[in-house]
Amino acid sequence: MSVLLDVKNLQVDLPTANGMLHAVRGIDFQVNRGEMLCIVGESGCGKSMTSMALMGLLPKRAQCTAERMAFDGTDLLTLSKKERNQIRGMRMSMIFQEPMTSLNPSYTLGNQLCEGILKHKKISRSEARERAIYLLERAGVPYAAERLEQYPHQLSGGLRQRVMIAMALMCEPDLIIADEPTTALDVTIQAQILRLIRELQQEFGTAVIFITHDLGVVARIADWVAVMYAGQVVETASARQLFSSPVHPYTQGLLNCIPVPGRTAPGSHLQAIPGVVPSLVGELQGCAFRNRCDRASTECTRSQPQLISVDGGQHQVRCPVMTQQWQEAV
Amino acid sequence: MLAFVVRRLLVALSVAFTVSVVSFMLLHLSGDLATSIAGPEATAEQVEDIRKQFGLDQPIVMQYLHWLWDALHFDFGRSYYFQDTVMGLIGERLPITLTLGGIALAVATLIAIPLGVLAAIKQDTWIDRLALLIAVIGQAMPSFWFGLALIVIFAVNLHWLPAGGNATWQHFILPAIALGYYATPAMMRLTRTGMLEVLGSDYIRTARAKGLNERTVIFKHALRNAVIPVVALMAVELGFMLGGSVVIESVFSLKGLGQLAWDAIARNDYPVVQAVVLIIAVFYIALTFLADVINAMLDPRLRVR
Ligand SMILES: Nc1ncnc2c1ncn2[C@@H]1O[C@H](COP(=O)(O)OP(=O)(O)O)[C@@H](O)[C@H]1O
Ligand SMILES: [Mg+2]
Repeated sequence: MSVLLDVKNLQVDLPTANGMLHAVRGIDFQVNRGEMLCIVGESGCGKSMTSMALMGLLPKRAQCTAERMAFDGTDLLTLSKKERNQIRGMRMSMIFQEPMTSLNPSYTLGNQLCEGILKHKKISRSEARERAIYLLERAGVPYAAERLEQYPHQLSGGLRQRVMIAMALMCEPDLIIADEPTTALDVTIQAQILRLIRELQQEFGTAVIFITHDLGVVARIADWVAVMYAGQVVETASARQLFSSPVHPYTQGLLNCIPVPGRTAPGSHLQAIPGVVPSLVGELQGCAFRNRCDRASTECTRSQPQLISVDGGQHQVRCPVMTQQWQEAV
Repeated sequence: MLAFVVRRLLVALSVAFTVSVVSFMLLHLSGDLATSIAGPEATAEQVEDIRKQFGLDQPIVMQYLHWLWDALHFDFGRSYYFQDTVMGLIGERLPITLTLGGIALAVATLIAIPLGVLAAIKQDTWIDRLALLIAVIGQAMPSFWFGLALIVIFAVNLHWLPAGGNATWQHFILPAIALGYYATPAMMRLTRTGMLEVLGSDYIRTARAKGLNERTVIFKHALRNAVIPVVALMAVELGFMLGGSVVIESVFSLKGLGQLAWDAIARNDYPVVQAVVLIIAVFYIALTFLADVINAMLDPRLRVR
């Protein structure tokens, strides 16, 4: 399986009135071709900042650095604006959290669906429209051909998100970043959209970075998972490994928050993780999770834990205490 | 879209009707017109004669209907002071004011919108500061003073352009700049604010995510949405220029509608006053209507209202 996106030590800093806010504090991950990586974490942990950094859409004042941010062998950080624009929209595209506001109210859906492909590929207007109709149909938008003449305000939120999905697929990208694409939708529609993204991802062989705060969602669609906490990845593994043997106390805590068929007894209480996320302004002392962790010891305050492999392979955890325990148990 | 235009047109007509009633009533209730036309030395008999002669002895509703009927036939009667019909006077003066207002609006638009866009794109840089400075100066400087300054520099010292009159199109340049400059700051700031708001919106992020170049993002996706409030303001500003060009017209000795209104008010020439008020109001209403239609063309959501 070849690596499509390779990110090493990505950092995003935002200057604020109270000092430098380190929204993303050195995260590493890889995305393989055709696979789905889920990034999961509580709101405010830097998921959107990570995706914006990958797309090159960070706010102007944000500072972004990385040891490596390679997309199919090309270092995204050293590209000129023009070169970046040739990849963005063409080879990597994005689905946003807010379907209600992510489409331009003044242009028809057809115009907005086709403008990207018309810019990136040598293709006629009518071919672009045909592709748009095809993808709208694949995305489950009824009356696809007529929709091209409609405006965003004539569609419901669920339909608009389907349009966004079709739009993201227009240029047959290698990678789609979906930043909480179902969070703003009704629960029943959430499930449909989720299924749709998974289906299309498998059909077109597109790699997807799916961002969510909901481990329940992850369980249904992920190949790989990265759990984020306070701007860092605290555990990463294949979905199977993560759900069968979560190691980091935060991952375990998150898992206790969701009902798992076969494991959660009916009527039993679901737990919530007590405490609040630490401020992202300034440097962290020791483990970021220690003030919410029931296994924290003085050791956890001393140094920043590193991401280390627990199984000698891809399952990595940022918690030396639990890693050691897990290894001893095995 | 057609239904929208028809609906707006009906609203515009009813506003025009209301304005005609109100302006007619205000003028007639503001004092005894017969006495003021006759002048301070007139005898009671003379006043009565005038009252009869001008139909001022009839019930006010009748007077209004009579006036309205004539007005609908473009007949506003004769001026009491100028030896001409009111229509003749207006036909002579209105084109001058319209030319002045039109050029002034063009000047204001051509300065305000590009400057506003630039200030927004270059937010917090020296370009933005410079734009703000121009706006503040524009708002602080009285237009007659600015007009005089233009005359001193470009007409008196440099001899590039004529100082007054309306013989050629060159005569309109300086007054149009003086008048247009006055409208520039508000339009510029509204463009800047609108652009900043739109540029921070989610759909601009979507446009950027498509890999469109910055020019397309700004001019196709942002500007169209940002100018919508500016179009409405432009209608108001142009209406204001038509009604309020009195000062500039007198500085540049242009015999426009503003001067006519001024003279007519000073001389109790009330048929002229009434006609000018009505015409300016109708222009104002027409401009608002036009702005609504343009905005509905720009933003499909407005068409349903
Ligand atoms: N435009 C911004 N300016 C300053 N701080 C921001 C901005 N956007 C997000 N943040 C901060 O950055 C952190 C990470 O935000 P984000 O990536 O949006 O979180 P998530 O998507 O995981 O909910 C948060 O603490 C948030 O308050
Ligand atoms: Mg987010």
